[in-house]
Amino acid sequence: MIGSANLRRSYQIRKALLVVALVAPALVLFTAFVVVPVIQAAYYSFFDWNGLGPLVDFQGFHNFARAFGHDVFRTAIWNNVKIVALSLLLQLPTAFLFSLLIGRKKFFGSLLFRSFYFLPYVLAEIVVGIVWRFIYNPQRGLPTFFVQLFTGTQDQIGVLGDVNLAFWAIFAVIYWKYIGLHMIIYIAGLQGVPQELEDAAAIDGASKARIVFSVIIPSMWSAIVMSVFLCVIGSFNVFDVVWAMGQGGPVHSTETLVTYLYNFGFRRFAFGYGSAVAIVIFLICVVFNYFYQRFVVSSDIT
Amino acid sequence: MKRLSIRLLLLAAAMLIATTAFATAPVEETGGSDEVSFSWWALSGGGGSPNPRETMRQAIIADFEADNPGVTVELQMWENEAFKQKVQIDVQAGNPPDLFHSWGGGVMVEYAQAGGLRDITDTVENVLSQTIGMGPLGVYGNAGHYYGAPYDMGAVGMWYNKDIFDEVGVSVPQTWPQLLDVVEQIGNAGYVPIALGGGDRWPAHFWWTYLATRIGGQPAFNAAYSGAGSFADQPFVEAGEALLDLLALNPFQEGYLGATYDDEAALVGDGVAAMELMGQWAPAVQQADSASGNGIGDSLGWFAFPSVPGGAGSRGDVMGGGNGYVVGANAPDAAVDFLVYFLQPKYAPAIIEAEGIVPVVSNVDWDFDANALAIMDAVANADYYQLYYDQFLPPAVGEAVKDAVVALLAGQATPEECAQMLQDAWEMEQ
Repeated sequence: MIGSANLRRSYQIRKALLVVALVAPALVLFTAFVVVPVIQAAYYSFFDWNGLGPLVDFQGFHNFARAFGHDVFRTAIWNNVKIVALSLLLQLPTAFLFSLLIGRKKFFGSLLFRSFYFLPYVLAEIVVGIVWRFIYNPQRGLPTFFVQLFTGTQDQIGVLGDVNLAFWAIFAVIYWKYIGLHMIIYIAGLQGVPQELEDAAAIDGASKARIVFSVIIPSMWSAIVMSVFLCVIGSFNVFDVVWAMGQGGPVHSTETLVTYLYNFGFRRFAFGYGSAVAIVIFLICVVFNYFYQRFVVSSDIT
Repeated sequence: MKRLSIRLLLLAAAMLIATTAFATAPVEETGGSDEVSFSWWALSGGGGSPNPRETMRQAIIADFEADNPGVTVELQMWENEAFKQKVQIDVQAGNPPDLFHSWGGGVMVEYAQAGGLRDITDTVENVLSQTIGMGPLGVYGNAGHYYGAPYDMGAVGMWYNKDIFDEVGVSVPQTWPQLLDVVEQIGNAGYVPIALGGGDRWPAHFWWTYLATRIGGQPAFNAAYSGAGSFADQPFVEAGEALLDLLALNPFQEGYLGATYDDEAALVGDGVAAMELMGQWAPAVQQADSASGNGIGDSLGWFAFPSVPGGAGSRGDVMGGGNGYVVGANAPDAAVDFLVYFLQPKYAPAIIEAEGIVPVVSNVDWDFDANALAIMDAVANADYYQLYYDQFLPPAVGEAVKDAVVALLAGQATPEECAQMLQDAWEMEQ
């Protein structure tokens, strides 16, 4: 009896060691590159620090107060909210529509369409930003071409230089880039829709639209949940595309939280302030994640 | 299961602690014995490859390595904005490059105060001062200590297309009202009067800074800098008003608020724009960025920024700067030796050819063109030489002045607000 208890304990120890050994690499990386920097950033955010030398100028919550009092910061948050809202309202439904059109039956060319729509997502964000910057060139680019085509004049249009248009020009690129990702997620989700349910609804006389809303969407709920989550978190973290197309300009009209952090933290040698902004971004994502996990992910509407 | 999870927790905690210790431990640099190598960060200045700036530097490196066996120089070329960001990060991380580009002034002083630069006062005072004047050398020093040296010190001035001027029938303006007149006529003729890379912001701040220099002169700047006056004083407000007068004539290309400096240079190099207010490196960049690769050749002329009637400054005052290298705190002696080697007068012609600089070393064997001579003349005769604000002032203030001028151009700040933004940023750094 004692022998078997020892055996069980050593088995449990070995099992524990195995679990730890398998988790360790990810845990080490996660700790070193996520947990430690976040804790450091939280610490720095309480100081006024130019990034060089020791941390001596304690400021309490002053950096946070300054951020929320700064009109450019508020613009940045508002831009992020706009990107989230527009993505949820425009990008996701478009991706869903595409997935319905090309994700179910395999018609001639459907795989080709899938590849084309997915291609923008494959490109690196910074490359996309730079290429679209050329496309938007006021003297030689696409918008100018269309303006001259439709008005017959030699008028040029500089969308990235216009305080009112720049945001929309950049959002158009974000929209174009990430549609493919969501489309692929929805196509995968569509595979899990039971054909019998659809057929049953059709027999019962439901219209196509009704089938979509009452049968298909509930059946692929988990795919939709994941896609919304990626969309929101991604929208709060967008940087490369915005940076490449104007660095948050002109006149800070296209600032997002992360470009704001770079412009007002790094560039001005104000790393304490930048850390405070980073903590704000972090908290927004954490809070969203908590409420999302609690109320959306765990609910099951099928 | 309770025992299992406790053990798991303990081991995970141990892992966390170990990782934390590992994450904050400094990385040891392994040095060689006789083999010395150091890094050299230079600016690529736009344009394609093969990059003439890189080719020229590699040639000098080859000579140096031949004369100094066992030494290796690792050259890295950087684009302007990318360089500024990367070097900031590396200095902050305590790992500055050994020899890197610098414009001197406030940014350099911040790096020095944080211990990111090596003090080379000895070399500067005893060796480099033989061939370079203390004026230019002073830009790379602070409070009696020197951290690097310039190879180029010039002036920002108005580069113009002589062919366009002839075609429109205008001559070089001497005063600000004359410039406005020229701009209007060129605009009516269908050319872009002035190319401006407003998206990069620093080309725009040249205009405001020069106007402030012409209107307020050295007294106004010194007053603001010393605290006796302010950057929100009348001369700086008037600079904004004068700039708005120019803006009312629609002088810049479409979409200029989103354009980069390379866009600006391309417009001049392609003969689309008549003028740009830019430093001594402009012809080389125009060539590199132009569609033909040759720029506008002999059609390119230079004139000093016009005077402002009634201003306290004179047309001889120069706003400008140069290019140079500073030595990183961890650099080996070989890096300092290389800096002296690079600055020998015999290499100046190659650098001029590749970059269009105005050399600071004396006794240069080169047939300077008229534009370069005009610039050298202006620099030599300037009573008041002002390093561009975005480099002279501390980084936060430099950013603020660039933002303020662009806000003014975009119509989001009045001249008073623009000047006040600069003063606010300046006060925060005091």
